Amino acid sequence: MVAQTDIVITHRVGLHARPSVKFTKLAKTFDCKIEVSVNDTDKWIDAKSIVKIMGMKAPAGTQLHIRADGAAADEAVAALHGLVERDFDERQGAVPADEKIADANSA
Amino acid sequence: MSDTGQNVGIVIVSHSPMVAEGTAQMVRQMVGGEVPLAWCGGDLDGGLGTSVEAISNAINSVWSEAGVAVLVDLGGAETNSEMAIEFMGAPKRDTIVICNAPIVEGAVMAATEASGGASLGEVVATAQELSPL
Repeated sequence: MVAQTDIVITHRVGLHARPSVKFTKLAKTFDCKIEVSVNDTDKWIDAKSIVKIMGMKAPAGTQLHIRADGAAADEAVAALHGLVERDFDERQGAVPADEKIADANSA
Repeated sequence: MSDTGQNVGIVIVSHSPMVAEGTAQMVRQMVGGEVPLAWCGGDLDGGLGTSVEAISNAINSVWSEAGVAVLVDLGGAETNSEMAIEFMGAPKRDTIVICNAPIVEGAVMAATEASGGASLGEVVATAQELSPL
């Protein structure tokens, strides 16, 4: 079973440290093969690799393609799509410390 | 995947207790609580340094058959960690590995990998994947 989805990253610091950890951890809960690519580069990387996901340094506004192949592929793609759509569940509350650092560095 | 039902543990060893504790705090806040985690740093007089005994205690506090990945900072942290591991004796010492990775980034990467139930080899490889960057 193969599933695919596209979503634009709206989280203001993008796929940064903490969002990358959340994305990777969620991907690891599925047995299927999951890959992502950005901005139609056609370079697919392993969604379960924290080093590779964080290494993408995908900023806000990035078009993220997510594809899965194997058991529960639809559920995996839907779950990851939802996480990105919800700004990695960081939309509300205090800004986490690592993002303050990120904001300061990009200012 | 580890077949022991437990996640690989992470130990952070720095010359500075503040660096070690701060690194542990980042792991807890960024990755969560499902990975056994311990840290140690500083000498017995409250100065900068590392202690074989403190490292041994930290390793023992998080050890399981799944193993332990150790993140270190500079020179003595590594040699004292090697000594602490050597003193564990066989076969336990074969389940404890020092990662060749930057301490903060390596700890977060290793813990993220460990949280999904990865084996010790996979956890160490993930931390060390950072090094060439």
